[in-house]
Amino acid sequence: MGQAIAFYTLAAFILGFAVLVVSTKDTVHSVLFLVLDFLFVAALYVLLGAPFLAVIQVLVYAGGIVVLYLFVVMLVNLKRPPEAHHDPHRRTTLGFGLAIAVLLELVVIGVYQTVGPVAAAVPGPAMPVTGNTEQVGWLLYTSYLIPFEIASMLLLVAMIGAIVLAKREL
Amino acid sequence: MIDHFVVPLLKILVVLNATLVAVTYMVLLERKVIAWAQSRLGPMRVGPYGILQPVADAVKLMIKEDITPVRADKWVFTAAPIISMVPALIVYAVIPFGPEVSIFGRKVTLYITDVNVGLLYLVSVASVGVYGIILAGYASNSKYPLLASLRASAQLISYEAAVTLTLVSVILMSGTLSMVGIVNAQYTKHVWFVFAQPIAFVLVLIGGLAETNRAPFDLPEAEQELTGGFHTEYSGMRFALFFLAEYANMIVVSSVVTTLFLGGWLRPFPNVAALSFLGIVPSWAWFLIKSFVFLYIFIWIRATLPRYRYDQLMRLGWKVLIPLAIANLVVTGIVKVLWLGVGG
Amino acid sequence: MLLSAALFMIGVVGVMIRRNIIVIFMSIELILNAVNINLVAFSSQLQNVVGQVFAVFVIAVAAAEAAVGLGIILAFYRNKETVNIDEMNLMRW
Repeated sequence: MGQAIAFYTLAAFILGFAVLVVSTKDTVHSVLFLVLDFLFVAALYVLLGAPFLAVIQVLVYAGGIVVLYLFVVMLVNLKRPPEAHHDPHRRTTLGFGLAIAVLLELVVIGVYQTVGPVAAAVPGPAMPVTGNTEQVGWLLYTSYLIPFEIASMLLLVAMIGAIVLAKREL
Repeated sequence: MIDHFVVPLLKILVVLNATLVAVTYMVLLERKVIAWAQSRLGPMRVGPYGILQPVADAVKLMIKEDITPVRADKWVFTAAPIISMVPALIVYAVIPFGPEVSIFGRKVTLYITDVNVGLLYLVSVASVGVYGIILAGYASNSKYPLLASLRASAQLISYEAAVTLTLVSVILMSGTLSMVGIVNAQYTKHVWFVFAQPIAFVLVLIGGLAETNRAPFDLPEAEQELTGGFHTEYSGMRFALFFLAEYANMIVVSSVVTTLFLGGWLRPFPNVAALSFLGIVPSWAWFLIKSFVFLYIFIWIRATLPRYRYDQLMRLGWKVLIPLAIANLVVTGIVKVLWLGVGG
Repeated sequence: MLLSAALFMIGVVGVMIRRNIIVIFMSIELILNAVNINLVAFSSQLQNVVGQVFAVFVIAVAAAEAAVGLGIILAFYRNKETVNIDEMNLMRW
């Protein structure tokens, strides 16, 4: 019961902040709401029994990526926000309508899935370690080793790419 | 029921109060120590030997006029010191002051909670603390604080990477992320990690100095640089909050270094029975003594070393500390697999 | 699951409506987070840790994408002095 209350409160906060992220005129406020959103999502992860992922989310997402966004926002400090004038070429209401259509589709798919035959829950492979972090680590290093290595290569490439892109003269 | 709510609440109250008092007296301690290092006496007028100086400071800061720059972003301006202070305080939830003791006949653990990912929680909270500095500079709406805050936050995130990499080698040695587990690992391995990982110890110390904007890495807030750094526009209580946050961070780093490297609340040579007479000193006292030693070292370094220039600072972080941390990690991994066995 | 669908929709709305490209990127992060929430929810329901492993990968990829994307934005801004996505048209440089 308490868990349900916590979940709904967190969900309300997450969605609320998300709406604020996309609707605030001031970019810096937008970024701040994004941070708050990520923090609440991390709390949600703890509620769902994934403490390791929650801490990783705060560390990487809220602590690293959004700081990056904040930096770029400040370097690109605008006097006049791009939405200052109304652009007749942009059909905002159409965009809104399309998004609602996508949501309805997702909801229909979700309802269809739960009503139709449900695949039996596959319990995870028996793992010799207990504790959430250890389990994630075990899987990362045994069954999913190759994606792990590929991900690290990807991060290396992204790092080099970002540095090259942001240099003033090459 | 009581165990779930009342006891943690009491622990939080105790820790918070102790921290805030400790932080205010840190100010006095720093002024005294630096003064002694410079052959003078420091604050002596208020109270005997200047003991009541923090009270005078607190009163002064509270009655100062609270100025908000005209075109500053009011919400962010107010929130920035709070964002700086909160992470420094909530880290105390995972720092272990001692093992289980019985107080009033009830078994109580001397740490607020033992999260399974305690160390990672610490690092992530530290990375959220960067926001306070960035936002302070931005919200002041003037050139110098903005530049200084960008430099400060760049410094912080660079050293964060170095410190996190170093911490991974400590995790390798102890096999667990929980802080209490790390202290216990030092107990079962009969060695404080400072002896097993001297390079990691030095790296975390230097990184900790840089993370808390402490000398010799205190370029962002020095008065001679950029007219006072990211808190130029702050006055009164908000300024106090920033400084309290910095000292709280310093105490946190000392506690963390104590826990990770010096055995937390273990007495020296905990497995040698001949020295068990040292056990009359309670475990949390050992912890406080060791943390205090590090605090003293921090102040000592500030009184002694000159300041790093910004490019030297960044060069040190990226070109020296991170490669050293990675090398340390690789060596630790190799040694652990070859000699100590995977389960060791 | 409904939560992640709703978050996803908000992200999509953000991508389509705003003109500030940084906000568009942030909406993409929202979408990725929605996916992560979905993964973790399933992982907790099916008692299978694989979902969380995958979510870790998603976070790593999102970090890489954010870094490169922001680098592109910076390089673009230096040349064109704008973050308005309507004016960012390479075919009309």
